[in-house]
Amino acid sequence: MEHLLLTLTDIRKSFGGVRALERASLDLARGAVTALIGENGAGKSTLVKILSGIYQPDGGEIRFDGAAVRIADPQAARALGIGVVHQECLAFDNLSVAENLFVNCQPARRGLVNWGAMRAQATAVLRDLDADFDADLPAGRLSIAQKHVMQIARALAHESRVLIFDEPTASLSQRECVELFRIVRKLRDAGCALLFISHKFEEIFALADRYAVFRDGVSVSAGNVSDVTGDALIRLMVGRPVDQLFPKIETTAGAELLRVERLSRAGEFEDISFALRGGEILGIYGLVGAGRTELAQVLFGINAADSGNITSKADIALVPEDRQTQGSILPFSIAANIALPNLATLAPRGWCRSHDEAKLARHWIERLAIKAQGPAQPVHNLSGGNQQKVVIAKWLARRPGVLILDEPTKGIDVAAKAAVHAVTSEFARDGGGVLMISSDLPEILGMSDRVLVMRRGCLRGEFIRGQATSENLLRAASDA
Amino acid sequence: MSSHRRDLAFAALTLALFLAVTFVFPGFAAPRNLAGLLDDTAILIMLALGQMLVILVRGIDLSIAANLALCGMIAAVFDRAWPGMGAGPVLALTLVCGGALGAFNGLLVWKLRLPPIVVTLGTMSIFRGAIYLLSKGAWVNENEMSRGFLAFPRIEFLGLTLLSWLALAVAAVFVIAMRRSRVARDLYAAGGNPEAANYLGIDAGRMQFIAYTICGAIAGVCGYLWVARFAVAYTDIALGFELSVIAACLIGGVAIAGGVGSAVGVVLGCLFIGIIRSSLPLVGISAFWQMFINGVVILVAVLLSARQREFKRTILEVRA
Repeated sequence: MEHLLLTLTDIRKSFGGVRALERASLDLARGAVTALIGENGAGKSTLVKILSGIYQPDGGEIRFDGAAVRIADPQAARALGIGVVHQECLAFDNLSVAENLFVNCQPARRGLVNWGAMRAQATAVLRDLDADFDADLPAGRLSIAQKHVMQIARALAHESRVLIFDEPTASLSQRECVELFRIVRKLRDAGCALLFISHKFEEIFALADRYAVFRDGVSVSAGNVSDVTGDALIRLMVGRPVDQLFPKIETTAGAELLRVERLSRAGEFEDISFALRGGEILGIYGLVGAGRTELAQVLFGINAADSGNITSKADIALVPEDRQTQGSILPFSIAANIALPNLATLAPRGWCRSHDEAKLARHWIERLAIKAQGPAQPVHNLSGGNQQKVVIAKWLARRPGVLILDEPTKGIDVAAKAAVHAVTSEFARDGGGVLMISSDLPEILGMSDRVLVMRRGCLRGEFIRGQATSENLLRAASDA
Repeated sequence: MSSHRRDLAFAALTLALFLAVTFVFPGFAAPRNLAGLLDDTAILIMLALGQMLVILVRGIDLSIAANLALCGMIAAVFDRAWPGMGAGPVLALTLVCGGALGAFNGLLVWKLRLPPIVVTLGTMSIFRGAIYLLSKGAWVNENEMSRGFLAFPRIEFLGLTLLSWLALAVAAVFVIAMRRSRVARDLYAAGGNPEAANYLGIDAGRMQFIAYTICGAIAGVCGYLWVARFAVAYTDIALGFELSVIAACLIGGVAIAGGVGSAVGVVLGCLFIGIIRSSLPLVGISAFWQMFINGVVILVAVLLSARQREFKRTILEVRA
């Protein structure tokens, strides 16, 4: 590969105790689209952040045009000519498109912004891309697809030679995707090196020249897209043994606790039907954005459904996806957090007794092996895994019949993961019904009695334990 | 909650300030002087406790002093029209009027989701304007007020004025309720993390409404107390006092971002300001220095709590 523009070799990166990247390598060639493939948590986003100068790698080498470089900050990335098109469309909505393109590097004359030059350059770049919007428009008026084009224009305005697309099509319509692909091909033909991150195999096969597969932060394979099949890629993505992380207890399913019939909420999910029995762990698998969290929020009563029925014979508790913003009151102590959903029993006449709260907290600290100084310790200085245990404890203390877990082990270490799985299994053994939303395939396979797969707001398959495999779940979840 | 330790440290600091002033001016610790100090600080204490509730739920009440002034004028006009009814009806009237004004703020913040600083900046002007309309710009002077109306806050009991006793009672209720009541727990939760509170079935907007209403009711009653104590009511009474009230909260450790603060801290913050205010003339320093010192104390207090948060913020980057 004589025309390599950017090479990464053995990049390592950890956060606290969590390893995000370990021996990750990637080559980007001029005039080629390279697809980066991997499960959620494989380290793709971390790699993008390293390339855009937001994170610094703990080790490994980055070479740009043959020379070893350090990407110290986003400015350095821009100076090298690395541009990123983010999935979530970073834009300054109150500024015009032209201003967005030149944020932090406006064309200047004698220290003052040269508005004429800025508008002219912006217009030229937009014309190059055949964009259907004007440089003077406020960015807030653009559609998501147009914002993507604006991000591409921003990269081009800075003369980027490497462009990274982080799941750009996740929120685009079919027609908008076609338009985006046209631009991507145009950039490729102009000699840019393009990195394309996507879960959608049809896109990868339509667009990419080369592929690289990451698994658990390690690059496991790379090659030409023409030499590989979709099934082979799936095997490469998931090929790992499921170990003892999943202390699954065999139970017999009891009475039906929750029945959902034809549940829909516009723009989020539609026509969802299933039933959950006592003692059962029902996994819900899907890619990010498949509508699983939104379904959980409706089941729990945060939002109302547009149509359909929910019949519940038991209390429902929800351990939300984000333990910090949704799950806990960070400045509160462990005891106060656990007490919050239980005040009706702890303080029936409106007055709290700290003694009872501490007692309850101590029970759960012991039961879930929460590593803390004591019930009075504020939750914000616990580790992620222990915060998650507090969130689970506060809901289990209510003795719900149905427990909904939304990404229960996201970003927590292996020991805490095993503990969360253990308490989940025990909850089911004691007759509770568990709805476990997870993007973590081994977790879904290891814990679930039954798995529902969602894609783009719809149910796309149901697999009982034993039938469910990484391959068929991933195939149902992605558009392969 | 970790605010205990902060309160303890701040109590030590306030005590040290008190001892330092007493060391230089032994007369400062005389019971008579202390009673006067408390009497001077009483209204600030009550208002700051009300303001604390609002700041806790991520709001701010800039209209608190205007509410006080309007309710003070309502009380004065009421007393002029029906003199000699005593303090009871006036207290009830100002409580209801102040509560209604506070509830108005709360409704705008809750139902229309307007930013609290904008809402209360607007109502601040509206309330002041209403005083002008009510009084037609005229003053209500001491000779137009009935004896019972004027006497209530000054009645002495065990060496303290009734105003002081009232502030102590309000402070006691707050100290207990903020630590032990479910309502307070909900307020802290809604301010600490509105989204997580929502997952618990706590409506953060409703908690803001409750906080504004209580704050307004306190401001209303303080309006009567202020007018009776200074024996005059006019459009501009307590002009700018909202800033002293907010300053007392911040000095007392209430986080401007919400969710953190204690009644003990706020009372200490008021006493701290009170001690500085009453000791500066003794030292022969102009009252303008008081503003300067208040400002420095606020910045130091905020800096310290910001540092604390910085230290605590666990860097938790989730890989995806």
